[in-house]
Amino acid sequence: MFGWEFPPSSSGGLGTACYGLTRSLTRLGDDITFVLPRPCPNPSFLQIVSPYVKTKSRVKVVKVDSPITPYMTAEEYNEFVTSSGAKKKYGNLYGKDLFAEVRRFASYAREIALDHEHDVIHAHDWLTYLAGIEAKKASGKPLIAHVHATEFDRTGGNSLNSFVYEIERKGMHAADLVITVSKYTKELVMKHYGVPEHKIRIVHNGALPHQYHFHGYERRAKTVLFLGRLTLQKGPDYFLRAAQRVSELDPEARFVIAGSGDMEPRLQDQAKKLGIADKVEFTGFLRDKKTQEAFRIASLYVMPSVSEPFGITALESLLNGTPVIVSRQSGVAEVISHALKVDFWDITELANKIVNVLQHPELAENLAENGHLQARAQTWNGAAEKCHELYAEVQPW
Amino acid sequence: MVDVCFYFQVHQPYRLGQYSVFDTDSQKHYFHTAKNREVLKRVARKSYLPTNKILLGLLKKHPEFKISYSISGVALEQFEEYAPQVLQSFQELNDTGQVEMLSETYYHSLAFLYSKKEFDDQVKLHRDKIRKLFKQRPRVFRNTELIYTTELAHHVQGLGYKGILAEGWDPILGWRSPNFVYRPAGANISLLLKNYRLSDDIAFRFSNQGWKEWPLSCEKYASWVNSINGNGEIVNLFMDYETFGEHQWAQTGIFNFLQKLPEELLNHQDNSFLTPSEVIKKHKPVDEVHVDQPLSWADTDRDISAWLGNSMQHKAAHLLFELEHDVRKLKSKKLLDTWRKLQTSDHLYYMCTKWFGDGDVHTYFSPYDSPYDAFITFMNVLNDFKRRLHLAPMAPIQ
Repeated sequence: MFGWEFPPSSSGGLGTACYGLTRSLTRLGDDITFVLPRPCPNPSFLQIVSPYVKTKSRVKVVKVDSPITPYMTAEEYNEFVTSSGAKKKYGNLYGKDLFAEVRRFASYAREIALDHEHDVIHAHDWLTYLAGIEAKKASGKPLIAHVHATEFDRTGGNSLNSFVYEIERKGMHAADLVITVSKYTKELVMKHYGVPEHKIRIVHNGALPHQYHFHGYERRAKTVLFLGRLTLQKGPDYFLRAAQRVSELDPEARFVIAGSGDMEPRLQDQAKKLGIADKVEFTGFLRDKKTQEAFRIASLYVMPSVSEPFGITALESLLNGTPVIVSRQSGVAEVISHALKVDFWDITELANKIVNVLQHPELAENLAENGHLQARAQTWNGAAEKCHELYAEVQPW
Repeated sequence: MVDVCFYFQVHQPYRLGQYSVFDTDSQKHYFHTAKNREVLKRVARKSYLPTNKILLGLLKKHPEFKISYSISGVALEQFEEYAPQVLQSFQELNDTGQVEMLSETYYHSLAFLYSKKEFDDQVKLHRDKIRKLFKQRPRVFRNTELIYTTELAHHVQGLGYKGILAEGWDPILGWRSPNFVYRPAGANISLLLKNYRLSDDIAFRFSNQGWKEWPLSCEKYASWVNSINGNGEIVNLFMDYETFGEHQWAQTGIFNFLQKLPEELLNHQDNSFLTPSEVIKKHKPVDEVHVDQPLSWADTDRDISAWLGNSMQHKAAHLLFELEHDVRKLKSKKLLDTWRKLQTSDHLYYMCTKWFGDGDVHTYFSPYDSPYDAFITFMNVLNDFKRRLHLAPMAPIQ
């Protein structure tokens, strides 16, 4: 299995997804060799292989608090690696640009595929597709391309990076099967990448419920939470505009924007212009523990994504007992019915729903309690079982 | 000897339109006229008109065939407004003299649970409407969604009714059969209990291909009714009228089934048809039945949790009925009518969260994406309505 990040050295949904999925897959008896471009501490259930570390038995732990994430655009990466700070900190761990890095990762894939016995190659997102293709060439084993996000989600379809798009397309077409994390993404992949429907399987993401607790909904202050990268894809600007409408009717409402990203200065400016700067708190990027805390404190979590292949944060919020409003342009909307749903552009409707949740504890309670139960049922074990079946499906016999 | 008693429920609510919290203070209408007209016309085309046509033919062909209806006041109003030919076809059925009209609350409401005064007013409104349109004085009462308690039975006895309908649910009957007439505990009117197995065979299971009796033929169904001979006197077949053509589509063969059923039942010489009032006249109560907690004909629970099961529904209903005093004080016909249209039980039913997401019957009948959206729209409207109440000029003291 090829991945790009893995907890604790991960910054978003892809690492969490790989962790949850592999953990449940190994419980089903699947042996997984997980290949990462960077070294990472081995979890108890998994052998992690990194091409840059020679020893396999004793993995050298290199502490990487890297801002390099699968969510960076190519331009951001270039900016990052050429900055002197990054050079000093990471030395030659990263290639001179993200694409060189992706190619370098792929070039190791052949060797790894020949060294490690396997029946299926499972590659997560475009960063690993080239590696997956190389591995398939070397071993002749079937390839599954797992689509967690596409260039269309990240850019909203504007100024697509054609290199990324090409790799995505190539990976999906080279694959024997394509897994998408939602029906939403399946349709996108069919429409924009020309992948035939018969090759696509939907495997919705899960969450890890054992980490969470819920003892009834009770909130004192009216706090509305946005949590995610501050990029166009996540719709924080829609959140702010809805916040202004909410403030017109509910002066007690407060808004928290948790996350970091290229839009942060612009959003702070926007809050001022909307006249709600005193009601909006920007927390910056939150680590896992703080994230869970933010969910628990909030009266309501809003995920107004412009394009969201899945949206695990909505599950996390529900697992923490906090009701959610999600955009209809998201995968999680397909699996959670006990949520309020809006089109991301419909600011008035979003504000209407926020006001009502803040105004009527009965509404929040019912959403929280029923949504919590539904989120608990959305497990990685379920996702792993589907993947496990797909591994059998792609076997040549 | 088995007397078959058909009762059909006809009801359509005034559904609310989109109403945002930002629409407060605007002149926007609460009710979605276009949608209500569209639904009514669709159901008329698919269900009411074809079913009425079949039944009219059957009533004329078999003078011994009898049926009964309860048609909510809000449904009648919508017929008058959007589909007069439907009302006319019900009047033609009524003209055969083989049709009994039952009483209910005009607004198909849960008023009995909140205000006896409001309940009485709505029953009277409905009775007047039935008298005006069908020249009948109803003698038998059925409450919204067959919601029933012994207390209700005593109350409608006080209003002069001779009988009342309820669900023939096993827990209230114990070892007893629904195929006899009973007496509500301590009352002296008659209680007619729905044979839910035979009723639901038609209303719910008819087109279910996973059901072991599918496809259900008239012969088979009639043989089940015939088998009651010797251990029951009546069979009460109570169901939503929309069963024919709307819940069970024409393709399922439901109309052919209906067309042939009376004749098939009459083939057995011991069978006959009676209306509820005729049943009450002919059969004396065999025993008393006591119902303490509200019983209904809905879901597998047969309680009122479909309307008052979660805290959103309780809040909405409570806030609505809390306005009674203020609404009455203003003596505005229009405000009173609006308040009452908001009482129609469907608004609360749409907020039901039981089994939501399992693609069940609640989802199918709701105009909303979710029970939460139903609550939001209702509360936005209610808040605006409250505002209107407080803006309205006081009625002159009479």
